[in-house]
Amino acid sequence: LQRSIESLSYYNCILRVFLYNVPPPAKYGGQHTVTLIPGDGIGPELLNHVREVFRFSCVPVDFEVVNVNSSRADEDDINNAITAIRRNGVALKGNIETNHTMPPSFKSRNNLMRTSLDLYANMMHCQSLPGVQTRHKNIDIIIIRENTEGEYSSLEHESVSGVVESLKIITRLNSLRIADYAFRLAREKGRRRVTAVHKANIMKLGDGLFLQCCREVASGYPDITFDSMIVDNTTMQLVCKPQQFDVMVMPNLYGNVVSNVCAGLVGGPGLVPGANYGRDYAMFETATRNTGKSIANKNIANPTAMLLASCLLLDHLKLHEYATTIRNAILTTMNETRLHTPDIGGQGTTSEVVQSIMNIIQKTGPRTVAYY
Amino acid sequence: MAVASLRRSVLSLNRTLRGSWCQAPDLRPVCVSACQRTPERSSVHARNTFKVTMVPGDGVGPELMRAVREVFKAADVPVEFEEIHISEVHNMASEEKLDQLFTSVRNNGVAIKGKINNPMAYKGDLASYEMKLRRKLDLFANVVHVTSLPGYSTRHNSLDLVIIREQTEGEYSSLEHESVKGVIESLKIITREKSHRIAKFAFDYATKKGRSKVTAVHKANIMKLGDGLFLQSCAEVAKLYPKIKFENIIIDNCCMQLVRNPYQFDVLVMPNLYGNIIDNLAAGLVGGAGVVPGESYSDEYAVFETGARHPFAQAVGRNIANPTAMLLSAANMLRHLNLDYHSNMVSEAVKRVIKQGKVRTKDLGGYCTTEDFVRAVVNNLGHQSVY
Repeated sequence: LQRSIESLSYYNCILRVFLYNVPPPAKYGGQHTVTLIPGDGIGPELLNHVREVFRFSCVPVDFEVVNVNSSRADEDDINNAITAIRRNGVALKGNIETNHTMPPSFKSRNNLMRTSLDLYANMMHCQSLPGVQTRHKNIDIIIIRENTEGEYSSLEHESVSGVVESLKIITRLNSLRIADYAFRLAREKGRRRVTAVHKANIMKLGDGLFLQCCREVASGYPDITFDSMIVDNTTMQLVCKPQQFDVMVMPNLYGNVVSNVCAGLVGGPGLVPGANYGRDYAMFETATRNTGKSIANKNIANPTAMLLASCLLLDHLKLHEYATTIRNAILTTMNETRLHTPDIGGQGTTSEVVQSIMNIIQKTGPRTVAYY
Repeated sequence: MAVASLRRSVLSLNRTLRGSWCQAPDLRPVCVSACQRTPERSSVHARNTFKVTMVPGDGVGPELMRAVREVFKAADVPVEFEEIHISEVHNMASEEKLDQLFTSVRNNGVAIKGKINNPMAYKGDLASYEMKLRRKLDLFANVVHVTSLPGYSTRHNSLDLVIIREQTEGEYSSLEHESVKGVIESLKIITREKSHRIAKFAFDYATKKGRSKVTAVHKANIMKLGDGLFLQSCAEVAKLYPKIKFENIIIDNCCMQLVRNPYQFDVLVMPNLYGNIIDNLAAGLVGGAGVVPGESYSDEYAVFETGARHPFAQAVGRNIANPTAMLLSAANMLRHLNLDYHSNMVSEAVKRVIKQGKVRTKDLGGYCTTEDFVRAVVNNLGHQSVY
């Protein structure tokens, strides 16, 4: 089974190199280039803070800013952004708002990006932070969510007036791929248990196929325990006893629900970063993908999620030194200095939190640029 | 059976395609967050001081480096220089010095250098020290930004041109042999991988600096396969950049257009030898070899030097060399190191001195010495010195 995945993906890779010519990443003179998509709502201000912190810590990353206007009906903007990510290989983005009132031909911009670049795995690591007051403690869950198919296929039609059919697509190839990713990640991080979340008692063929693929991949990893849980039971267990979960893998919609629940358990949408990985590209954003229109430009948004996402970006670019420095500074501000924004019960503003992080980087980091 | 032979041929193709484009996906590591820490550079540096390798080189190089040091000291720039003296002539050629230079640049990541002269006579090694340096550090891209200096008028004013040159292959492969007595064969090598790489660098540079047009310079009507491959690679890379216009021009026409109407060009990309010629031509358009800075980039390292590389041996000891090019290059180095404030300070001071027109070296039509010029730059820095 492993060999069939490998051979399929290997030939795919060769085909892709000759057809699409995936270029080498844009790194010149030690400086990496990363595509930056500001998005809407709180995205632009948080990404400005990320740029400030990077500049201050002399991180060798240049950002290529690509603006995507969410109200335009044509797809030029988003295609431009996708080409920019294909060139640079890595992206950091804010959420792009999707207007519900637009016609169905207007696809969600975020979804379009994920499917075009084949970013099939969304990874989110939820950890309880000691400085944040929550009802549950000692949570450490990794959620892996299939990012390209499932309920988010955007295939809907109205065959009879007043009757709408939405298609949920589950394929063997994608399920094998995501299960393989989950088990490899679990092994690399030394995790003991992978739980598949599904609703196969109702969707016997669809989620049944997903579950069967997970079981097949699990047989190749005898050191990792595999079990499965139905999504309704999962959500209940998550709010009663979240400490029982280790790594969870699931299709798209359940992933959306479960990841938001877990984000709520550890303190809110402002704390958890998320990463989308594909074979050639990676995209980093906040885990719960909120636009935050109501708190935009009020200086009260929590910059932690976006800054931790930028640390994931630095780890991906193998700049581990910078990533650890910034991450430690963020965690120190969160846990020791206890400077919190309103969403986790404090009274600090975004700029105060960012300033505190930069002060800690200056005290502990290797070198910084002073402002005159 | 057919599949197995296909796989074998594909695998051998894979092996010949050097570089990380064709990695079998099962070998790629799973993308994970906070992994083990791997320190990037093991050098211990004082906080807030950047360490830079300095290679004075031959000819007027040492004088220009002295100018850079003086200006940096007056501006309190937090940069520490690690000097390495290396020369290929005067019986000073040594391999250990070259290795020392490589390790130094690898540790520091940034270097500033003068020209290391190549002896004309064939002493047993076809590749000069500079070529070895470029190959070892893989400094594949040379960027020369040609801008007219405000206050110094030439036949063409307000020129703004970027010349990007592939620096590791082409005619400079150092592969020559005499198969038959009296008949020499020189090999010019063009590879698809390196042409792709320099084309992508050119388009990325154009995107970063907001340029609108990239022109490839070639001679594909004569060297149909060689320069044809270069042109084809550039065209393929151009597809990923729909907002940037891509054109091409033959080298002879390009040289003529540069002296008649240089404003039609924006960014130029070309293989090695044409790059050498066009660099010097464009430098001549704005005032000569003394005023144009240049930089070389690889994936990891950046080396800053003058645009037109001449050791100018006639001027050694006479204090007449123009330090503008080296000072502007040093300012670019500071910008690369993220020291924007100091970078702007140095480049503004140099431009102000040239604009005022009172202190000019011999090549710009004045009578002042190098030291006078440096003193004028220091006076114009506008920085509150600690000393």
